[in-house]
Amino acid sequence: MNKSAEADIAIHTNNDAKMDTTTMANDLNNNEAGNTTASFMNEHKSPRQRKRERANARFHFYGFAAIALALAFLVFFFVDIIGKALPAFDETEVLATIHYSEAASKNYNKAIDKKMRGVVSRAWLRNLPAYMKAHPELMGSSVELWMLADSRVDQYIKQHDGHGLKSKHKHTVDAMLKDGKIRTVFNTTLFTNGDSKLPEYAGILAASVGTVFTLLITMLVAVPIGVMTAIYLEEFADDNRFTRLVEVNINNLAAIPSILYGLLGLAIFISFFGVPRSSALAGGLTLALMTLPVIIITTRAALRAVPESIREAAYGLGASNLQTAWHHVLPLAMPGILTGSIIGLAQAMGETAPLIIVGMMAYIPEAPTTILDATTVLPAQIYTWSTESMRGYGERTAAGILVLLAVLLSLNALAVKLRNRAQQSW
Amino acid sequence: MKRIILATATLLIAAHAVEAREQIKIVGSSTVYPFSSYTAEALGSTTKFKTPVVESTGSGGGMKLFCAGNGMDTPDITNASRRMKAKEFKKCQKNGVKYITEMVVGYDGIAIAQAKSTAALDLTREEMMLAVAAEVPSKDGKSLVANPYHYWNEINAKLPHRKITIYGPPASSGTRDAFEDMILKHITKHMDVYTDLYKADKVKNKQYKKFHKIRQDGVYVPSGENDNLIVQKLAKDTQALGIFGYSYLAENSDSIAAATIEGIAPAPETVQNGSYKLSRSLYFYIKQSHINNVPGMLEYANLFMSEQMIGDEGECADIGLIPLPEEMRANYRSNLKELTRMTPSAFDKKH
Repeated sequence: MNKSAEADIAIHTNNDAKMDTTTMANDLNNNEAGNTTASFMNEHKSPRQRKRERANARFHFYGFAAIALALAFLVFFFVDIIGKALPAFDETEVLATIHYSEAASKNYNKAIDKKMRGVVSRAWLRNLPAYMKAHPELMGSSVELWMLADSRVDQYIKQHDGHGLKSKHKHTVDAMLKDGKIRTVFNTTLFTNGDSKLPEYAGILAASVGTVFTLLITMLVAVPIGVMTAIYLEEFADDNRFTRLVEVNINNLAAIPSILYGLLGLAIFISFFGVPRSSALAGGLTLALMTLPVIIITTRAALRAVPESIREAAYGLGASNLQTAWHHVLPLAMPGILTGSIIGLAQAMGETAPLIIVGMMAYIPEAPTTILDATTVLPAQIYTWSTESMRGYGERTAAGILVLLAVLLSLNALAVKLRNRAQQSW
Repeated sequence: MKRIILATATLLIAAHAVEAREQIKIVGSSTVYPFSSYTAEALGSTTKFKTPVVESTGSGGGMKLFCAGNGMDTPDITNASRRMKAKEFKKCQKNGVKYITEMVVGYDGIAIAQAKSTAALDLTREEMMLAVAAEVPSKDGKSLVANPYHYWNEINAKLPHRKITIYGPPASSGTRDAFEDMILKHITKHMDVYTDLYKADKVKNKQYKKFHKIRQDGVYVPSGENDNLIVQKLAKDTQALGIFGYSYLAENSDSIAAATIEGIAPAPETVQNGSYKLSRSLYFYIKQSHINNVPGMLEYANLFMSEQMIGDEGECADIGLIPLPEEMRANYRSNLKELTRMTPSAFDKKH
């Protein structure tokens, strides 16, 4: 704001403070209300004031344009992702006869008719010998049942370009389609399976379990340490050169590229402590390092928002430092702390860069059972799929993104809800 | 506070838990990764063994982890899209990884491709080199100049007047290594104009021994490890060429077509008989000291080397691997059976 504008405001304030606020409101709404104040203003509009109003309108427009642009990107992104992801929630099944024979228990390909090979998913067929072993009573029988189709058939049925289906299979599929021997059903495989090298059999289960394990560790490590640090710095520590140094460093750490935390994690947890590579423990600890500064900063802000009078009242009744912080300040700051923690964790959940370094970007189809098992996480799974050459992975990548987005959005919504519910006015 | 203690305790337990391992750990080349992880999945779903973990670290990164030692926290197998280097073998020996078995699973072809709608193009390796090298011989052929070529017909009048744009892998990629080896180094090490510079000053001009610097003036566009991205760009930029692995060409044959190299198009037959020059062997290396400690290692190796996986009609061929000739497959299988050890002399002869 330049000097003349300041002077302008000063004059208005001198004339009539109430009138000035009305003008501001009118400027904002950019319309002319037909009340007396406005007509009074019109008579007195100086060129300088018009200029001011124009600047105001311009600013209004810029702001609107910025939001419109951001919204346009968002809409484009969602339309693109959802459009690509929706087909992934359907999967194709084919009706064919399966022969539980001696030959099939040795070579699963022999369980179906020759012309069906390449139409039925190989990943599905591969489980047959084990299944037959578990159900010996089936031996010798032939059953007609719905089986998972090969991803190329799936892509062909969904009419995607470049489905890659060979012409001999195309004839089989066309004929089956006519006989009603092909159907599309809701894709449960996507949610009940881990990664697979055959797109029709690939799912997000293992990655989701891995994400939960990893985030649990991140939470258990980062939240207590972060909150404790913040309470100490805010409520107990003296304001001296050392604490100021710590504060500056924490603020800096929050802005460091996340891949550096991966290198730190590799050096400390894997090389020094010997945590198994690719494990949820290694990933979780690394992400905890990354989330710590965020949690410390938000917690400190939340603690600072608690009015001093509350502390003083507690001290006045003879409460110790610890009692004041623990019984009065912390409960009041809790919503803010929770919000910060949730946002920090949501950020950690979407992170991939540090996890590449600790080896979580790998082919790991089985869900982990302990925190020491090798595991992968959702964003890593999405990335792995996006680099696959087979077409069927494209839509699964988009579906993975959609699932990740849904989880992140609900986490953020939870944070907002907590904040709103516990909003205090002092 | 309790939680912090708990976390520390878990850490300490973790430090001891690495001694026993149920699961095979495989690292290495991103080119071998699809085939390796496919085999891993087949092993996991058809046997009682846990599915091996396959991490794509790049050939060099894989060797580094593999050769780090014999501990149970080091990988059991590393994949590579090139042969183990003598330097890496020495490092392995130094760190106690004494007995290593080398396997070749098949070939990978590098395809130079363009949009399917674009007129066919035939290039020689030399023309390709002249299009991408940072420095090329001047008109009189006596000195090196910064690459002046922007249209193909400037390199060879017989080529079309078409802008040179090449989408290729970035420096970190194995495909880029192979491209530099097979096109740049292969040509420049036989060109006096490069090697004379090296001979004149072996220290300062070391890069000219096998010159492989790629131009950085925007003609060669490094496009990330994601080959799908290059395929998408080619569909939009019909003038451009793209460099990527053969499996992407096979999978996207509806939208892109290969340029022929010295008259030969990439195909399984032309790679096998060696007439298509832009191909390389794919390897994996077995750490013998782990065989008795990690269950399923030999089963994995046998499955990978089986006809079912890498045979002419094998499942890996289905996802883009170019199979070895039959007698070589048999040869490597017998090596696997006897667990033939790599010896330093293996690096003496040229491959």
